[in-house]
Order: sequence, then C-alpha cells, then structure tokens
Amino acid sequence: MDFKTLLFFFLATILIVAALRVITARNPVHAVLFLILAFFSAAGIWLLLEAEFLAMVLVMVYIGAVMVLFLFVVMMLDLDFDQLRQGFWRYLPLGALVGFVIVLEMGAVLAHRIFQESIVVPMPEESNTRLLGMLLSTDFVYPFELAAVLLLVAIVAAVALTHRGGKGSSGALVIDPADQIRVEAKDRLRIVKMPITREDATNEQSGEKKP
Amino acid sequence: MTLTLSHYLILGAMLFTTGIVGIFLNRKNLIVLLMSIELILLAVNTNFVAFSHYHGDPAGQLFVFFILAAAAAEAAVGLAILVLLFRNLKSIHVDDLDTLKG
Repeated sequence: MDFKTLLFFFLATILIVAALRVITARNPVHAVLFLILAFFSAAGIWLLLEAEFLAMVLVMVYIGAVMVLFLFVVMMLDLDFDQLRQGFWRYLPLGALVGFVIVLEMGAVLAHRIFQESIVVPMPEESNTRLLGMLLSTDFVYPFELAAVLLLVAIVAAVALTHRGGKGSSGALVIDPADQIRVEAKDRLRIVKMPITREDATNEQSGEKKP
Repeated sequence: MTLTLSHYLILGAMLFTTGIVGIFLNRKNLIVLLMSIELILLAVNTNFVAFSHYHGDPAGQLFVFFILAAAAAEAAVGLAILVLLFRNLKSIHVDDLDTLKG
C-alpha cells in the first residue's frame, strides 16, 4: 500500500464521518462546520486526482464564500433546535431503506469490474489551470458566458428577495444630502406671533424695585 | 494495492447515499435539507473529477466548474428565500409553510 492509497483512505474516512455528522447533528451550526470539514477533505481527494485548480476553487470559493454565507444565515436565524429535530427517528427506517436500495443499485453497476486495475490515460502535459483555461476560452466559451449570466441572475434574485423596500425602512435614519442643501430658513425657523402682554401690570406689582 | 477508479466511485456512492438519507432524516429542517443537497453535488463532482482523471479528458473537470457555479447560485437564492421565510413566519419549520394549502 503506497502513500497515495493511505492518504486516500485517511481523507475518505474523514469525509464520510463528517458527512454523517452533517445529517445527524443536533445544532445546525455544527452541521455547517462539519460540512466545511467535508469540503476540505474532498478538496484533498481532488488533489490526489490531480485536479489542482478545482481543489483550490473548492477551498476558496466554496468554503470561503458559500459556506461562510451558510454560517451567517444559520447564526442569524433564531432557531428552535428541538422542534427542527421532530420526526427524525420516525423517518429513519424509510431513509435507511432508500439508502440501502441506492447502495445495492450502485453496487450492481460497479460489481463486475470492481477494483480492477484501471488504465490511466495521461492528461496532456500542461498545468491543470492552463489546460482548463484553454478549453474554457475555446470549446466552452458559450457555456462559460451562460454561467456568467446565471450568476448575474442569481445576484439580482437574491438582492430582490431580501431587499426591504425604500430608504430608511431598515430603522436607520437616512437623510438625503440633496434635501439638506435645498433647505431654507422657513423650514428650520418658526416665527410665532404672540399677543402683546401689558408691562404695566407687572410694573405695579414690583414697582418699588424699579428705579 | 494502488488506487483505482472504483475507489473513487465507491466514495462518491457513499457520499451520495449519505446526502439522500440526510434529506429523509431532516424533513423538518430546511437548512439541513440545503446542506444535504450540497453533499449530493459534492459526490457527483467527485465522480466527475475521478472519471476525468482516469480517462485523461479535462472536459470532465470543466463540467465540475459549471456545477460549482450553478451550486453557488442555488445556495445564494435558497438562503435568500430562507431569510425571507424566517422574516415573515418567524420559523423555518416545514410544517408552517402551508400557505398554498398543498
């Protein structure tokens, strides 16, 4: 057993255990953290498969952005953990049955040539990133641009969904600077007309004090 | 014993099954449902990378690239819907989402 095989089994064990903890964790925050561990191990396995660029993308984009977004949302929501676990054990037999059937089917597909020595067709002798970049800008330009449009639509959709309408509705005091410049004296200063009070009455009461 | 394609395929199958069982177990919890979908996508991506490596075809890795883009978009929109739900219902319990009387 060479070092690569050992490393594969090490990473695969962590990956599977982390995945199982994701679906059984009581606290969703723990589930997100185990999902991050699972993605990290998967990135290691992709490195074993010489997909360096994708492994780095998984760590930087997926763990760095998407999983942190998950973590933000999970921590922001005030959740009742016990209510969310309702029905966990009730669905376990059904889930186990479906999982068993899937394992059986996949085993049937893989069984006839399992662990047979597979021939590795060598990749073109180039850096993985350069290879993908060349393909992306020649054969796959159109899907690449479609992916860009998809991401733009996702941005617009996410902002539109969570936007809370006009300014100031988020509770903060928002003042438009243009309104501040256009202000006039009558907006700020209120001149109050009052009836004249007679000074004589007060003078008579405190007349002696006056010179 | 050296690594074969089957090792990676079996790993992918185990991950995929874990994700499916996760969907069944956490029927009430929208967040863990989304995370189970992420696990399933990870299993599919691992299979793609393994096939790409053993067949010497970089197009498989590009497919993973596009799947990652789609998954990021899905996660962003899904979490936005989740936040919106929580803001309106003060809960993300699946049983509370019965406005459509389905």
